[in-house]
Amino acid sequence: MIVQALAFYLFAAVTVAAAFMVIVARNPVHSVLFLILTFFNAAGLFVLIGAEFLAMILVVVYVGAVAVLFLFVVMMLDIDFVELRQGFLQYVPIGAVIGLILVAELILVIGANSAGDASAAGSALSSSFPPVSEVSNTDALGRLIYTEYAYLFEAAGMVLLVAMIGAIVLTLRQRPGVRKQNISAQVSRRREDGVELRDVKPGQGI
Amino acid sequence: MSSGEFISPDLMPAMPELILACGAMALLMLGVFRGDQSTRLVTLLSVGLMIVAGGFVLAQGDARVETFSGSFVVDAFSHYAKILILLGSSVILLMARDYQRRENMERFEFPVLVLLATLGMLMMVSANDLIALYMGLELQSLALYVIAAFKRDSERSTEAGLKYFVLGALASGILLYGASLIYGFAGTTNFTALASLMGAAETSIGLIFGLVFLAAGLAFKISAVPFHMWTPDVYEGAPTPVTALFASAPKVAAMALFIRVLMGPMPGLSGEWQQIIVFLSIASMVLGAVAAIGQSNIKRLMAYSSIGHMGFALVGLAAGTPEGIQGVLIYMAIYVAMNFGVFGCILAMRDKQGMLENINDLAGLGRTNPMMALALALLMFSLAGIPPLAGFFAKFYVFLAAIQAGLYALAVIGVLASVVGAFYYLRIIKIMYFDAPADAIEAPMSGELRLVVGASALFTLFFFLYPAPILSVAEHAATALF
Amino acid sequence: MAELWWDYGWPLTIMVGQSLLVIVGVLVALAFLLLADRKIWAAVQLRRGPNVVGPFGLWQSFADFFKFALKEVIIPDGANKGVFLLAPLLTFVLAFMGWAVIPFAEGWVVADINVGILYVFAVSSLGVYGVVMGGWASNSKYPFLGGLRSAAQMVSYEVSIGFVIITVLLCVGSLNLSDIVRAQENIWFFIPLFPMFVIFFISALAETNRPPFDLPEAESELVAGYQTEYSSTPFLLFMIGEYANIVLMCAMIVILFLGGWLPPFDIAPFNWIPGIFWFVGKMLLIFFMFAMVKAFVPRYRYDQLMRLGWKVFLPFSLVWVVVTAGALVAFDWVPA
Repeated sequence: MIVQALAFYLFAAVTVAAAFMVIVARNPVHSVLFLILTFFNAAGLFVLIGAEFLAMILVVVYVGAVAVLFLFVVMMLDIDFVELRQGFLQYVPIGAVIGLILVAELILVIGANSAGDASAAGSALSSSFPPVSEVSNTDALGRLIYTEYAYLFEAAGMVLLVAMIGAIVLTLRQRPGVRKQNISAQVSRRREDGVELRDVKPGQGI
Repeated sequence: MSSGEFISPDLMPAMPELILACGAMALLMLGVFRGDQSTRLVTLLSVGLMIVAGGFVLAQGDARVETFSGSFVVDAFSHYAKILILLGSSVILLMARDYQRRENMERFEFPVLVLLATLGMLMMVSANDLIALYMGLELQSLALYVIAAFKRDSERSTEAGLKYFVLGALASGILLYGASLIYGFAGTTNFTALASLMGAAETSIGLIFGLVFLAAGLAFKISAVPFHMWTPDVYEGAPTPVTALFASAPKVAAMALFIRVLMGPMPGLSGEWQQIIVFLSIASMVLGAVAAIGQSNIKRLMAYSSIGHMGFALVGLAAGTPEGIQGVLIYMAIYVAMNFGVFGCILAMRDKQGMLENINDLAGLGRTNPMMALALALLMFSLAGIPPLAGFFAKFYVFLAAIQAGLYALAVIGVLASVVGAFYYLRIIKIMYFDAPADAIEAPMSGELRLVVGASALFTLFFFLYPAPILSVAEHAATALF
Repeated sequence: MAELWWDYGWPLTIMVGQSLLVIVGVLVALAFLLLADRKIWAAVQLRRGPNVVGPFGLWQSFADFFKFALKEVIIPDGANKGVFLLAPLLTFVLAFMGWAVIPFAEGWVVADINVGILYVFAVSSLGVYGVVMGGWASNSKYPFLGGLRSAAQMVSYEVSIGFVIITVLLCVGSLNLSDIVRAQENIWFFIPLFPMFVIFFISALAETNRPPFDLPEAESELVAGYQTEYSSTPFLLFMIGEYANIVLMCAMIVILFLGGWLPPFDIAPFNWIPGIFWFVGKMLLIFFMFAMVKAFVPRYRYDQLMRLGWKVFLPFSLVWVVVTAGALVAFDWVPA
């Protein structure tokens, strides 16, 4: 258990530190890189609680795809951070207040929980999950997602479809006068269409 | 779970949603292959799909049926809201056709997105699970963000879409935070299970926090004060038919969802949430009445008007009785009907250059276009709540329910707010009839608009003669929740 | 104390030993594979290739290694120093992380984890960071362009790789790499899933920035892309990382489609040979194909690359997933 505990504290500490660096880093690219580090350590935490499938999906989806696009955009943007930060101090008090409220709530909530107030919690959890030792968690997730949560799974699909349509609607432009490669036309082109043989007599030209 | 044995869920209760989902995808394909010249066809087919879906809703029995492992529910309440939503979306699609033609917005994605938003709304209404609630809400919101920015070459429309998106995402985050707190403390996301849990055990503070966040997220969607900031800007910037949509179907869906969340799993907590609703209601009514006075843009004015009206509707919810819910349902129906008419008139406000949105452009409409002025005047009187028009009855039922539930202060403030609010509705009438004519609004309304405005005006005028069908249906729907 | 040693210390030592064995093995193999790559390329162009250092130029890679290692590290002015040095290191480390779950033969694997294939997929999807970070930190035009190209390219081709992996997983019913190999005892998957095999092979080329998809480092347009500003050891790390990734992809192809350590026929002369030889032999075959492609095929244009990824591979592999799943259900072949 010592090793697990050590690993937990390592991952947790790095996660928190990296998350902190995300918001204090001066350079936006560094922020994104720290965000990636945060994701990565969160995946490590997932592994520690035995959710290896979620951990891998977190890495593949968030680190491997979403964060790459973040990085892509942030690198291309020319953000003037000095200018951005000027308004920052102005909002610090209100931000701090909101943060404090959230923290206070969390403490209240956790306090209430540890006081055994939420005895009802978890009673409904033990419904249809097979025990972890019997099936791998990929298997368990699959069984739940495609049966009990099929409706929500399909609904998530519709949400993604809308996002896709939205992205295309708002950005795709058919600009006139742009030449595009027409592969079928290229392939179906015959020699006779492109080459004309002329018998040029010497000294006359065409 | 033995060997992953899969029992296919009962699909019949979700038939309207399935029709819309499959239909939207099919129409999307049609549009992609046929290009933008198929916009009209896609629009008409979308309306057709909504009518078919509505038919399926009507064909379903009144009994409460759960399916998809209890995350989806249909009952008389959901039927009522679904019919209202489908009506709202389809009428707006028809009203938008003329506008689209004129403003170069004829793209087939518009009806498809409206269809998908409608699907999201239906899913919201039928949600019986926190995740289902969130999925429906997100589907609806995402589609609406996109159509708010649909006129992408217009700076205002883009800004409206962006603003709506950013604030909406924030609201979704708050809602999700609340939902996860509830899940964490109750151990379930299912409304039925939650309800039994709340009835039995003493509620923990985490659940109450969760409820507060959930309510805040939902209040954003119905644009109740203090979560209303996005409304005027988005209403003003979005293309007018989109504004009309925002003011009708999504409001019904969000309000129905609000009712379902509070009455379904949370009746045990009514003491806690009633205060929240009373606060939201008073703040919305007062702000809606006061802030609208200074507006000169009619879409902005309608935004504040919708904030105020949501406040009035919440009065019924605050009562928390079957009568109160009935009042809310009647209110939403009448509100949607009045909105059709008002936005029909706004869509008809244009001159040769394009759309007009200034209230002063209506000056002298009583002389230049008496029919439209008459209709608009009727609708304005109704929005203000002047008897015997429909708007009066809407307010009457919710205030009655509030008084029966002992919320006297709320009812009094509501009446006062509606008196203040009457001022700006009457101002429009004054401008139309007593001010010197401005540049004439180009007269001919398109056929669809004329039909919608006429029907809406007649409805508000003659509602008092035969209100029984709506009253009984709403009562039936409201009792389904208790 | 002794208990602690037997509970944690000893397994840890074994783990470290195994890892070192794999890393050193791969590194030495890489030295000769690099040479093989150059030799094959040269042979296709009717040249001789490196033939000076050692017999047949066998020690060429080692000579190169010392040259790179002994040169001065140059960090360009205005470069983001930390990220600039982190990028090659990251590429190098990630390239070797994937090897942890590769089963070289029955039971010969450092970490036999349940979600092995996802792990490899995740690690290979991280490979893009080395390139992007290197391109950005160099503070120079060509490297930056190379980095951006690479980001878009890798994300695009990962999608189809994901679908190919899903098709294979459907036929196996497990995410464990050893299970995937064992599932091919009757028939290697490249026969029933031949189109997926082709897609995976091509996507692997794109994923590892091999020609004809070497746009991030296209020397004729971007000088050397993200590597332009790199020299000496950091460059060496990039180079080794890149080749380690290529060989890892070869190993993945062998595991997913060519039956891993299994002999082609489970009969006398074939099953005498130990599994590791089959595994390495198949890998070499695939690597030979990689090298031949590099020598044969001209570089893609960028829009063609994107078109191939999004408009050809993605729909095709998606359809194939559906077809495979349908066939499995229809003929009741679904693995338990």
